[in-house]
Amino acid sequence: MMWSWIPGNWSLIWQLTWENAKLGVLPALYGLVLSLPLGIIAARWRWFYPPVLTVINILYAVPSLALFIALIPAFGLTDTTVIIALTVFSLCVILPNVVAGLRAVPPAVTQAATAMGYGPLRRLATIELPLATPIIMAGLRVGVVSGISLASVGQLIGVSSLGYLFIDGLQRSFPTEIYVGLVLVIALALVCDLLLVGAGRALTPWTARG
Amino acid sequence: MSFFSYAWDWVTTSANWHGNDSIPQQLLAHIGYSVLPLLVAALIAVPAGVAIGHRGGKITIVVVNIANAWRSIPTLGLLILLAVFLGFSTLTWLLPLVVLAIPPILVNACAGVAGVDPDVRDAAKGVGMTTWQQVVQVEVPMAMPLILVGLRTAAIFVVATSTIAAYIGLGGLGRFIIDGLASEQYGPVAGGALLVVILAIIVLALFAGLSRLVVPAGLRKQAKTE
Repeated sequence: MMWSWIPGNWSLIWQLTWENAKLGVLPALYGLVLSLPLGIIAARWRWFYPPVLTVINILYAVPSLALFIALIPAFGLTDTTVIIALTVFSLCVILPNVVAGLRAVPPAVTQAATAMGYGPLRRLATIELPLATPIIMAGLRVGVVSGISLASVGQLIGVSSLGYLFIDGLQRSFPTEIYVGLVLVIALALVCDLLLVGAGRALTPWTARG
Repeated sequence: MSFFSYAWDWVTTSANWHGNDSIPQQLLAHIGYSVLPLLVAALIAVPAGVAIGHRGGKITIVVVNIANAWRSIPTLGLLILLAVFLGFSTLTWLLPLVVLAIPPILVNACAGVAGVDPDVRDAAKGVGMTTWQQVVQVEVPMAMPLILVGLRTAAIFVVATSTIAAYIGLGGLGRFIIDGLASEQYGPVAGGALLVVILAIIVLALFAGLSRLVVPAGLRKQAKTE
């Protein structure tokens, strides 16, 4: 471990961390935005879910590196390629949780809301989605953490991320760089995970207790 | 030309199917790199998940959080770090893939066993089953659908990710991808990627078949009527 390497390369490390954060977090957010409407439809009209789930399972089986490669002709060796591939991945992680979360809302609760005069949209927005939030959040956390970790693989097709430190460290047989990369990927993922746990608590104050 | 036409041209070129480092050889190597980590991870994570799920309570939440943090360990980084220190040893490729496979198996086994209906547990105890019998004869069979989901997810992760073993000079389908990227030939890159996808889909199909074999008939019936 050569500690002096770190301050000497501060700006590089910072830039790679930022790139990695962007490549890991944006796809999870896009995945969430796509999952919500699809999940709401699938929870409401049951026939819609089995075919969607089959497609999701197949997409989930597609390795992200393979998907990066398949997107190269269309988007080149760019951030877009990595972001689209990881969005597909996070969609596969988050969508089943949206459906599970909405289906787990007790029927008595939805009936009570209907009886109180809630229309379907208002019931969805103010009763069902909030109650499903913990399960949706669990999916989002997996999406963000895996996304940050997977983004480093984007380096293999030349898209800049903390993966650069792994590859450069290997080529120069310089373990310090690899350590720094590993620690930063894990730290970045844990920080984002904690932020999401905090956001989840803030969104569902009724579950926050001891 | 699109991804598929490149991939198809390369896969159907007969020269790629013969001789050293041909498609069949790398395919076998790839399967070899995938099976062992999955077995090791299953031997660790299924019993651990079942034990934790059986105990239940707060510890299951702790496990979910640990497993989630665990997912942040980048496989590529761990692989490269081990390669620098250990060279091409078995541990170099085995450990990162085992690390990758553990969280989904652990979380699903734990959730499956923890989710067994308390009435069923009480009934098992009531008819005089020992703890061991309760776990092995009642809880594990009932948790089997979820245990299989965990194993399937892990298998898919491992098949997908053993591709990057090629980056440190090992074989497998990743060889075509890494070498193709290095020599800027898109054919083998696309072809290798396509073969990995096909292999992953075969894994998916195998698990669909496996679940028919090992999920108790009563549970399958219940799932259908739900």
